[in-house]
Amino acid sequence: MTPLLQVKGIEKHYGARIGCKDVSFDLYPGEVMGIVGESGSGKSTLLNCLAGHLDSDAGQVIFDTRADGPVDTLQMSEPERRMLGRTDWAFVHQHARDGLRMSVSAGGNIGERLMAVGDRHYGDIRDKAIDWLGRVEIAESRVDDRPTAFSGGMQQRLQIARNLVTGPRLVFMDEPTGGLDVSVQARLLDLLRGLVREMGLSAIIVTHDLAVVRLLADRLMVMKDGHVVEAGLTDQVLDDPQHAYTQLLVSSVLQV
Amino acid sequence: MSEYNFAYLDEQTKRMIRRAILKGLAVPGYQVPFASREMPMPYGWGTGGVQVSAATLTPEDTFKVIDQGADDTTNAVSIRKFFENTAGVAVTEETEKATVIQTRHRIPEAELTEDQILVYQVPIPEPLRFLEPRETETRKMHSLEEYGLMHVKLYEDISQHGDIATSYAYPVMVQDRYVMDPSPIPKFDNPKLEMSAIQLFGAGREQRIYAVPPHTKVVSLDFEDYPFEATKADHACDLCGAENSYLDEVILDDAGNRMFVCSDTDYCRSRRAAGHVGRLGTEDAA
Repeated sequence: MTPLLQVKGIEKHYGARIGCKDVSFDLYPGEVMGIVGESGSGKSTLLNCLAGHLDSDAGQVIFDTRADGPVDTLQMSEPERRMLGRTDWAFVHQHARDGLRMSVSAGGNIGERLMAVGDRHYGDIRDKAIDWLGRVEIAESRVDDRPTAFSGGMQQRLQIARNLVTGPRLVFMDEPTGGLDVSVQARLLDLLRGLVREMGLSAIIVTHDLAVVRLLADRLMVMKDGHVVEAGLTDQVLDDPQHAYTQLLVSSVLQV
Repeated sequence: MSEYNFAYLDEQTKRMIRRAILKGLAVPGYQVPFASREMPMPYGWGTGGVQVSAATLTPEDTFKVIDQGADDTTNAVSIRKFFENTAGVAVTEETEKATVIQTRHRIPEAELTEDQILVYQVPIPEPLRFLEPRETETRKMHSLEEYGLMHVKLYEDISQHGDIATSYAYPVMVQDRYVMDPSPIPKFDNPKLEMSAIQLFGAGREQRIYAVPPHTKVVSLDFEDYPFEATKADHACDLCGAENSYLDEVILDDAGNRMFVCSDTDYCRSRRAAGHVGRLGTEDAA
């Protein structure tokens, strides 16, 4: 089977400091990869390099495109990369405000990607928007409300709906549950797990919350100071951590 | 003749503006940046249009200025006098006799010919501005033809008002390539953007010039199930009886009486001179 995404030797420097270095992994269709690590360990830098939001200094990000098979996205022209960014790829930001248009209604937010790929039938766009609101458990009556009138959890779910409406194959998530209270987090995780399984999505989830990866991720990478210090199956890494930092990380979780 | 250089601006500046105009004509709908000059009038009064007119005028031209269709409002009178003083060109209020027409918010009702140039005053040239505040981003969207966002605005209109409520500055697609703001003309005028005359757009504060050459394809954006519609008040002109011209509503008293009149004053005047009479018009009004 061809991996959906092959990452080879990604490297990013901020001047003399290392953002991330020597990161390589394969991601197969339907697989969810978790990236954990403390603040400043290079998780978000890595994710932004993979998604093309930051220019990498070295390495390859090879994506298995529908049309042309495996292509290095870092070598793609900008129009191609942006097209990929609104069709087969999706990016869920930590803060919903970064990923939503706050002055546009929920329906318009969901419809934007559809209109960007050429949908020009209002009725169809609206039906899809309402369908997706239902799938992320937002009432249909809120379709014309602006995200400013939504709670934090609803905004995050709206952002997810807006990203998944074009049926992407790869989703990048940057701390999708950050800043939400635990009961809302639990419901969001439940929802995400359902969507990932149902749509056969591949995802790369950056988080510092081990519970999130325990629930969602098949595989896990642990980062420290820009390097991957440990990688493996999620349960294996969390239950039998080998690297000193992973041991510290796992033992730092408070058992209630 | 006055102490001014012909049409106020110095020759170097006019050359610079003409280069921008030519580039705009070569790439229809593309916003060409230019070094907009300070003009002896405030921004928002048509400094962009005035600079384009100054670079376009020749001593043989006949100049006409309209503001919301009218020749006799402060703005139109001031700009007309400005060029009378600084360029010494002939001026007229008759659309057919003018060779250069500077306009704010309207396209004249009379069909323009290939011997005429229509100069628009543009407040905000960027059609995506209110959806995407970053100039770097909007430029990228234009260069990559990413216009999905423009339809988000129309979607919002329909979801809030039941149909496309944008009634002026209605976005258009020029020659299948650039989305363009046609300046705040009513959408009633949008179909007229495909015309025989040269159309030049000048935005002074925003420092942009763009253009639509004659017979260029200009399509108003819409949805398949909510097609574009050129709308006007559902009346005939009360002075000249015209049923196909864009109308202004004038409140007459506190008792709810109102009248509708052509916003194009020259069109209304010439119709009345030809003997057409509306509901409130009189035979000798013209």
